[in-house]
Amino acid sequence: MTEPAGFGPDLAEVFGPSQQDGGPNLVQLLTPEGERVHHPEFDHDFSAEELRGLYRDMVLTRRIDVEATALQRHGELGIWAQLLGQEAAQIGAGRALSPQDYVFPTYREHGVAYCRGLDPLKLLGLFRGVDQGSWDPNEANFGLYTIVIGAQTLHATGYAMGLQRDGVVGTGDPERDAAVIAHFGDGASSQGDVNEAFIFAASYNAPVVFFCQNNQWAISEPIERQTRIPLHQRALGFGFPGIRVDGNDVLATYAVTKAALQRAREGNGPSFVEAYTYRMGAHTTTDDPTRYRLNDELEHWKLKDPIERLKVYLRRNGLVDQEFFDSLDAEAKELGAHLREGCKALPDPKPLDQFGYVFSEMTEELEAQRDGFAAYLESFEGAHS
Amino acid sequence: MSSSQKITLAKGLNMGLRKAMEDDDKVLLMGEDVGKLGGVFRITDGLQKDFGEDRVIDSPLAESGIVGTAVGMALRGYRPVVEIQFDGFVYPAYDQIVCQVAKYTFRSQGKVKMPIVIRIPFGGGIGAVEHHSESPEAQFAHTPGLKVVACSNPVDGYWMIQQAIAHDDPVIFLEPKRQYHADKAELDESATPEPLFTSRVVRPGSDATLLAYGPTVKTALKCAEAAAEEGRQLEVIDLRTLSPLDMAPVLESVRRTGRCVVTHEAHVNLGMGAELAARITEECFYSLEAPVLRVGAFDTPYPPSRIEEEYLPDLDRVLDAVDRTFAY
Repeated sequence: MTEPAGFGPDLAEVFGPSQQDGGPNLVQLLTPEGERVHHPEFDHDFSAEELRGLYRDMVLTRRIDVEATALQRHGELGIWAQLLGQEAAQIGAGRALSPQDYVFPTYREHGVAYCRGLDPLKLLGLFRGVDQGSWDPNEANFGLYTIVIGAQTLHATGYAMGLQRDGVVGTGDPERDAAVIAHFGDGASSQGDVNEAFIFAASYNAPVVFFCQNNQWAISEPIERQTRIPLHQRALGFGFPGIRVDGNDVLATYAVTKAALQRAREGNGPSFVEAYTYRMGAHTTTDDPTRYRLNDELEHWKLKDPIERLKVYLRRNGLVDQEFFDSLDAEAKELGAHLREGCKALPDPKPLDQFGYVFSEMTEELEAQRDGFAAYLESFEGAHS
Repeated sequence: MSSSQKITLAKGLNMGLRKAMEDDDKVLLMGEDVGKLGGVFRITDGLQKDFGEDRVIDSPLAESGIVGTAVGMALRGYRPVVEIQFDGFVYPAYDQIVCQVAKYTFRSQGKVKMPIVIRIPFGGGIGAVEHHSESPEAQFAHTPGLKVVACSNPVDGYWMIQQAIAHDDPVIFLEPKRQYHADKAELDESATPEPLFTSRVVRPGSDATLLAYGPTVKTALKCAEAAAEEGRQLEVIDLRTLSPLDMAPVLESVRRTGRCVVTHEAHVNLGMGAELAARITEECFYSLEAPVLRVGAFDTPYPPSRIEEEYLPDLDRVLDAVDRTFAY
């Protein structure tokens, strides 16, 4: 498509011919080959312990995903939204958070949930069909999973506006100042709610970080169906900065998200972080990626595996020994067993439970429906004895 | 200041909002033009001046954004009162209202409350252009997790808005825009208000029951006056709450009168009248002398305003239905 003459610059000239490999502005601290590189703006001195911690987080997060996928295959979960390949984006973002920050997730933020200290077993209830998220959002400041695409970005913005009114933004006290992070995907960037969230956040200078995991595919629709320009460039049009970070580089996602959150906490407003990554699995366990994408693409991205590159770096620099891997392996196995056994033991909700949660102040008519249904159920008791 | 004064519905709502904001500093107003302008109907007049821009928030022109950010505010412990400028503009926010506002408490198994009030000026009769005169109440009353109320007079406006704001569940608060500046009524601020989710007999009668809410309450009262001249005593009930419905006064009345006509400005098909007719039939079958009749708008989109009086239920159409119930 060509622009009419005199209508501004050519898009291809401005944004470059292709987004392959994230383009020239990709923030990276660890290459796919495991080489540590430095960035003039976003850098961080990671201690050996921090690096081992990030590696452990990614390995355990992948284990959660693998176990849950297997549980779905065994019929224990109705569906599962896989995160395979997105471990660095999630752990980097999750570990950059302070306890007082608040997370608004989609339905794929298993790694972030893990960082917030949620028992991974709690994530399974929604997918098994026994609850819709059994955790208290205010306990770990981690919101419920949101199925409607992009709806939570507005909730995040409103919550951030609440933080402003509570006087916990820009006080200079790092223990007190808080920010919000809103997770969403590349497909969600097309939603009206996400664009409205950008406008509200910019207009009120709200302390919110919009963290987009651009995993290249919205079910079967490629990123080209969502945008003609690199996603992070959109932020400028809304009046706040946008940054593209290598989403398969846990060091870079950590450093960039940390900076964005800090900026928000200090009262400097919203920002957009585009974690450029790849969903190596299916959108959920119900779709078949081989119908819509080429195997070459997957093979290309496998070479950028977020876990492998940190493993290479740790090994090459003598930061780990075999005992570390053995111990982590044992921990992962234990986590897997916890999920397998725990999933099957998740109790089904009771038929009458549904009435109790519709309102915080129940209505008489709903009470009557519940009582009628209870009496109906009781009428069967002993019928088959 | 005396505790008793004559006020319009607009004034009653304005005073009620002010009182709620004074009583609880977590109460916030959000919406398009609610600040400096005081809202297109001036319901929030003067509130930003007195409570500041942080509590009376002029929003970008994005209805989903207004309701969606209110959800976030509620999650942070605030009690947002959202103004939708006109009924027909609520649809862009429909997803946030029915999927988020209505479901959050259920999804969180009761761990999270959603004390949001969504104020919607509703109904027609003001000569407006399209999308400014709709009656979407059934869409919200059909949604589990929402409570829906409609005020019809200045005194209810004052009390009901405060009660809705103090309530811990989301309330769709319908305001008959045609009545905003129409009639005045005496408000006694020291009186004890009726509970929020209750219907009320506003004119007793023995021959037939007329059910109405919001803008049609006035029409129903006029009908009762006209019918009285012909020797028929109509009982008029202002429903006030559409979800939950307060059926006890309705059933008691219909059992006594044996006849019932429901009137609302919304479309008849699958409207509140359909629900009322079904429930009355279930509960009062042996008391009924005639089927429950409905008088509402036709099942057409709201017409150009020059013919809206032919579209909305008026005195004659309701009286005609009353005649028909007596013909059985």
